[in-house]
Amino acid sequence: MDVRLNSNLEWQTVANSTLTKKRSTAYGSTVALKSAMAASGAILVLYLIAHMYGNLKVFSGQAAFDGYAHSLREIGYPLLPESGFLWIFRIVLLASILIHIYAAVTLWARARRARPADQRYQVKKRVVRSYSSYTMRWGGVLIALFVIFHILHLTVNVIAPGGRSDSPYERLVNGFQPEFWYVTLFYVLAVIALGFHLRHGVWSGLATLGVNQARRQPVLNSIATGIALIVTVGFLIPPVAVTFGLVS
Amino acid sequence: MNITLRVWRQKGRDDEGRMVTYKLTDVSEDMSFLEMLDVLNEKLTLENEDPVAFDHDCREGICGACGVVIDGEAHGPEVTTTCQLHMRSFNDGDTITVEPWRAKAFPVVKDLVVDRGAFDRIIQAGGFISAPTGTAPDAHANPIPKPDADRAFDAATCIGCGACVAACPNASSMLFTAAKVTHLGMLPQGQPERASRVVKMINQQDEEDFGGCTNIGECAAVCPKGIPLDTISQLNRDLLGSLSKGIG
Repeated sequence: MDVRLNSNLEWQTVANSTLTKKRSTAYGSTVALKSAMAASGAILVLYLIAHMYGNLKVFSGQAAFDGYAHSLREIGYPLLPESGFLWIFRIVLLASILIHIYAAVTLWARARRARPADQRYQVKKRVVRSYSSYTMRWGGVLIALFVIFHILHLTVNVIAPGGRSDSPYERLVNGFQPEFWYVTLFYVLAVIALGFHLRHGVWSGLATLGVNQARRQPVLNSIATGIALIVTVGFLIPPVAVTFGLVS
Repeated sequence: MNITLRVWRQKGRDDEGRMVTYKLTDVSEDMSFLEMLDVLNEKLTLENEDPVAFDHDCREGICGACGVVIDGEAHGPEVTTTCQLHMRSFNDGDTITVEPWRAKAFPVVKDLVVDRGAFDRIIQAGGFISAPTGTAPDAHANPIPKPDADRAFDAATCIGCGACVAACPNASSMLFTAAKVTHLGMLPQGQPERASRVVKMINQQDEEDFGGCTNIGECAAVCPKGIPLDTISQLNRDLLGSLSKGIG
């Protein structure tokens, strides 16, 4: 009986040794999946903020923008090989994206199983559900498609509206000229979808990681709205400025 | 007042089920929603039809038996239990849609009655303390800070009605499980099993095919007992703590 007075951990160990050894699934539970989604999402949000900051350098002119892009390849050099840091960073981002998508798809499948198509309500009213939470899944798909296009366009430059270039600044300026309005439109739509995704995602991630308390709830929601707004506006400014001829 | 009711009728677990429309005249606005269903059932019985099966017990808002979805909201337009909802919340001439809770974990037994045994099994998995309590101790023998006692008590008011699952877009039972985890986690008697409790309850919840939480908040918005949404964050924190200690 004295075991019970010891720490939680020992109590657990003793209890397990006497009970059936059932293989536990808590590491693959919905909560664990959500946490993986929140943690990978946090990495992606931090990256987005850094990316947005870099984009705004376009207003400092071609030399500053291209110089900034080049400097990213030299981080850690000569300790790391050239572009070494960049590739480590890219692998971390890719891993985060894959974890994020895997968790999303798995949880989506579980939610569908929890209320199958033939058990839907005939009448369902939204009480507090926001538009941003409503669009999390399809918005996420749109963002994923955009990211693929975006990398092919501005990173790899395989898709090159307005002509290829070795200068990131020129790729940006060429790609968002008024005659390529559809490229700009897709960009704008994807960034707005991203804004909605972050509005619910940042709040939901913080709640999942256990930060939410009743009196903090308004603060967390304000943080989510703030990050969503800053990222949306910050990403919209450069291409729109190019389209309207403010950057050339 | 005169109303038109659209009620889900289903003969048994394997029956497909369908919505059936009934007209009721001279309904008093002082009737509770269940009394209105009683009137309907008297009428159906006199007409030699099968009365509508619905769960009910205390009819004073504390047992949690009488959950149905009314016009797309769990327990109807007021934040209370169905038995405490009165016909004055509706207008003369309204068409009211009544459906059972919809979740794979809550199979329909008949008409509006669902089997909520999944909740019992989540409680059996860990929603208790194993300490032999003996006779009631002196009230001041084990001082508990007032805010902790209040929070434990608020969480303990959960009546297990299942409205959280019914309202959740993912059919998740997180608010229910979180209420019990929070209730016991705030009190000294709940500490020895705190780390293992949350793991066992979440595993059982997943086992029952409830969905995952996406922090939308529909559950807390319809909860007749006002279980706060932040209990879910407390559960997440406890589970992540357990997993990081290797209890999974």
